[in-house]
Amino acid sequence: MQTQTLTRKIETENLSVFYGSFKAISDVSVEIYENNVTALIGPSGCGKSTFLRSLNRLNDLVPKTAVAGKVLLDDTDIYAPSQDVVDIRRRVGIVFQRPNPFPMSIFDNVAYGPRLYGIKKKSVLAEIVEESLRGAALWDEVKDKLDKSGLALSGGQQQRLCIARTIAIEPEVILMDEPASALDPIATLRIEELIRKLRERFTIVIVTHNMQQAARVSDYTAFFNMGDDRAGYLVEFDETDRIFTNPQQKLTEEYITGRFG
Amino acid sequence: MTPTRAEFENELNAIRSNVTRMALLVNTAIKKAMQALETRDENLARQIIADDRHINDLRFQIEADALATIARQQPVAGDLRLIIAVMTIVPELERMADHAAGIAKIAIEMGKEPPLKPLIDLPRMAAIAQEMLTDSMRAFNAVDTAAAKHIIARDDEVDALYEQVFRELVSFMIEDPHTVTRAMYLLFIGHNLERIADRVTNICERVVFLAEGKIEETPGNDSAISLAD
Ligand SMILES: Nc1ncnc2c1ncn2[C@@H]1O[C@H](COP(=O)(O)OP(=O)(O)OP(=O)(O)O)[C@@H](O)[C@H]1O
Ligand SMILES: [Mg+2]
Repeated sequence: MQTQTLTRKIETENLSVFYGSFKAISDVSVEIYENNVTALIGPSGCGKSTFLRSLNRLNDLVPKTAVAGKVLLDDTDIYAPSQDVVDIRRRVGIVFQRPNPFPMSIFDNVAYGPRLYGIKKKSVLAEIVEESLRGAALWDEVKDKLDKSGLALSGGQQQRLCIARTIAIEPEVILMDEPASALDPIATLRIEELIRKLRERFTIVIVTHNMQQAARVSDYTAFFNMGDDRAGYLVEFDETDRIFTNPQQKLTEEYITGRFG
Repeated sequence: MTPTRAEFENELNAIRSNVTRMALLVNTAIKKAMQALETRDENLARQIIADDRHINDLRFQIEADALATIARQQPVAGDLRLIIAVMTIVPELERMADHAAGIAKIAIEMGKEPPLKPLIDLPRMAAIAQEMLTDSMRAFNAVDTAAAKHIIARDDEVDALYEQVFRELVSFMIEDPHTVTRAMYLLFIGHNLERIADRVTNICERVVFLAEGKIEETPGNDSAISLAD
């Protein structure tokens, strides 16, 4: 239920992504609103991860990928030649499905990004680490063992550590690719709570296979499907409340009610 | 696209058919209540009052089934709207059966006194209300908005008859105060029938909601002469 006015944070215009000659997503035009959570749902292989990774140019790292169309971040095309990829990835962070802390201390995990961006002063770093861990709802659990390895944490804690690591560099947008699918139900709910809180400071885009999760955490939902040519396309985009009570497309209804193929 | 939730489909179908069955029982109750009234059949009237319990039981069973389906299947979209529609339709049906039992009670009282006048408009009201109820279940099962809206419009016919009954009975009472008790009985019956038709329109509004996801009062769907419910 949306009451405040919406600011467009990201907009894709006819975005297509190719892996070699294979078109993975086709002509996706969608708007991502600031300080909202947008969920991407759809069957396996329809290109959700591909779409998500195109929002911070992570696909650039995959050889032979090509992009057509536009991805506008605050109205500037991130694929324009003048754009600095490092700066884009600072502004648009990403959290993956499997928690992937670096093999270093909890403190260093979170301080890693800020250090990379040139912050050296110990007191400043300590402040950022504390604030980021608080932001990721992990501080109380780890404040007495910041020097312990990040790998020694539970799966749910590791994922929150990765979120802390992401927010430490103060991105504007956080992309999450199935961030809770490797976690137990309690850890999952904690991540969901966290996402709702993070939304006050960041714009969030989350890929999830869990319909109830999409319904719980997101404000907007985009449903992708795979075309006959196996290229993913956007079927429907709307407020989450509407998608889950009264979707306009039959295909969306069939997918979210579990009647799909 | 093949259905992949057979068990869930079965549950929804069972709920749907129980609602239809409940509506049939209600319709029978209305029919018998009017019959008891017209034939001054006290035994039949008592039977309707006793049978009301079965309709109440069915209501609670449907509600329990709907609740269990929500808890176990997490319905969304059209499935969710069906469950929510059912949750609001079955109390309407149950109250309609209460109105039928109310008519039966008055029929018993009226049997103790000579008839005031031949019954003409009240059976007509009942016939229209029953038709509306039957049609509403058809619209519900077919998720047919146009049919539902058509039925809602028929409520005006019932309201018009009720006003006619009302005016006629008031004139009786003014002319001869000895008729007041019997005229009041007939008026209560009219009121019960008018409320039954109103409740059918509520059901039809839920059919529109089921089809379109919109909850809205249909314009002009207000009671004729308001008495206590
Ligand atoms: N690096 C790659 N090289 C070639 N093809 C790829 C590559 N990554 C993904 N694809 C293909 O692109 C299509 C979309 O994949 P993608 O991972 O984006 O789907 P997805 O919707 O995220 O699926 P899932 O729900 O299973 O994670 C698939 O057909 C996949 O095989
Ligand atoms: Mg994926």
